[in-house]
Amino acid sequence: MLSDVDLAAVWLTLKLATITTMILLIVGTPIAWWLARTGSKWKGVIGAVVALPLVLPPTVLGFYLLIALGPHGPVGQLTQFLGWGVLPFTFAGLVVASVFYSMPFVVQPLQQAFEAIGSRPLEVAATLRASPWDAFFTVVLPLAKPGFITAAILGFAHTVGEFGVVLMIGGNIPEKTRVVSVQIYDHVEALEYAEAHLLAGGMLLFSFFVLLALYSRKGAHTWK
Amino acid sequence: MEITPDSTIQARFQVIWPGFTLDVDLELPGRGVTALFGHSGSGKTTLLRCLAGLEQHGQGVLRFKGDIWQDNGRGIFRPTHQRPLGYVFQEASLFPHLSVRKNLDYGRKRVNSGHKVSLDHAVELLGIGHLLNRTPDRLSGGERQRVAIARALATSPELLLMDEPLAALDLKRKTEILPYLERLHDELKIPVCYVSHLPDEVARLADYVVLLAEGRVVAAGGLRETLARLDLPTAFTEDAGVVIEAVVAEHDERYHLTRLDFPGGSIFVAQRRETIGYKLRFRVHARDVSLALTRAEGTSIVNLLPATVTEIADADTPAHVLVRLNADGTPLIARITRRSLDHLNVVLGKSLWAQIKAVALLT
Repeated sequence: MLSDVDLAAVWLTLKLATITTMILLIVGTPIAWWLARTGSKWKGVIGAVVALPLVLPPTVLGFYLLIALGPHGPVGQLTQFLGWGVLPFTFAGLVVASVFYSMPFVVQPLQQAFEAIGSRPLEVAATLRASPWDAFFTVVLPLAKPGFITAAILGFAHTVGEFGVVLMIGGNIPEKTRVVSVQIYDHVEALEYAEAHLLAGGMLLFSFFVLLALYSRKGAHTWK
Repeated sequence: MEITPDSTIQARFQVIWPGFTLDVDLELPGRGVTALFGHSGSGKTTLLRCLAGLEQHGQGVLRFKGDIWQDNGRGIFRPTHQRPLGYVFQEASLFPHLSVRKNLDYGRKRVNSGHKVSLDHAVELLGIGHLLNRTPDRLSGGERQRVAIARALATSPELLLMDEPLAALDLKRKTEILPYLERLHDELKIPVCYVSHLPDEVARLADYVVLLAEGRVVAAGGLRETLARLDLPTAFTEDAGVVIEAVVAEHDERYHLTRLDFPGGSIFVAQRRETIGYKLRFRVHARDVSLALTRAEGTSIVNLLPATVTEIADADTPAHVLVRLNADGTPLIARITRRSLDHLNVVLGKSLWAQIKAVALLT
């Protein structure tokens, strides 16, 4: 069975993915909403920035985050000024890095969901006396629910599956920054294949069933 | 709130898009059905959206019975959700995640003033009582549109805006909904703006007509006067005709005919089921009216009316002219050839007989 160290890594991974996903749903919704509705010339720029983690090697992202969050970086200076110390090699730093790294996996499904809804339901709601906020919570959120579920699943699963960024920002500190993917790496390095199998197999099954759930969901409401 | 004694809707709008400009200045009646009529691209839907505050690029002034809803010059813009209006879109646009009942409740529960139109009344008026617990995807197109109309009515609007509510429906569904719209027309005391591109629909429902072409108002006025005008662009006159409101006066059982009386005369039509005294509208197309100098004998045409020539204008082809007639108060239009015009020596003020070959009953 799993050792205490392995269990700690699993627990830490789930904690990281849960917190990251919750932050991303809160931060990603307004970004996705803006991207879906804006006619601004900045739409392309912001869309590209959000999508960068899809194509960049995690080391590049991790490197810049390390510098920005580090003692001499702008964010690092701010966090020190606020008395929070520096974020690299802490769980909080890992969360920040994960939020950036998994951002497109949350923003893009939400943006697609918002775009599919279009402006008509909002106009209908307005003619029925609903203010824009009211309409967002009573019409857009229910209609975009499948998009939110997809975004949450992808954000969570992608955070569970990250490795490079974790290593760059979090290092490998037990119970603080050592997540499952890093733990597997450690096992393999130490030629502990049995332990590696257990964790790697677990990850494989987890990922497969998450995606299975995602892809076999029934289509939701169609707007008529 | 500014108090002015008027009871009309004053709308002055300008919308400028690449390749299209809407520029209108209108005073619409504060009750009855106003048809915004024109071909696609004439700006009628844009005008309706301006009235609702849905058109972000709409600049201008909108004064609804004394209340200023919009005045860009003074920085006033009341957002849509703060305007007491109901809007029926071309597609029913019901909320798919809500049942029919909850769709109806959505707007109603957000209105805090007293309910002038009760939910029960709206449900009864549109005949949707048996649909309340269904979801929109279990409704037919006609049922969906009826729910959408009831949903708009349930907010007790002071102005009802309808954007071709029948356009997305096939003929069968249309005929299913039209009677409900006519009931609205008869029972509602609020002004209704109704966008349409179909002359018959306008003739059947409207009291007041605004004719739009390329973003401008070509004509605006009462239904009968406007449709009987000859100075309108060819696009409208190829389908020229008049609308007459009549009363069922007599049933002729022997010949299976019904006599309809209207100011200035009467006509016979194939027997109707309506009872005596029932009001209905019919449309006489200009192409179905011919002229004769004397009361024709030995003709199969049943409906002959004495009339005076009031106006002569070009028609849609060089071979034809439109002759406007006054049949003792009721306007008629005849589309005749230029040759006949000369041969019969039809001039202004001349008295002659209008022979009506066919009428289109609108009820």
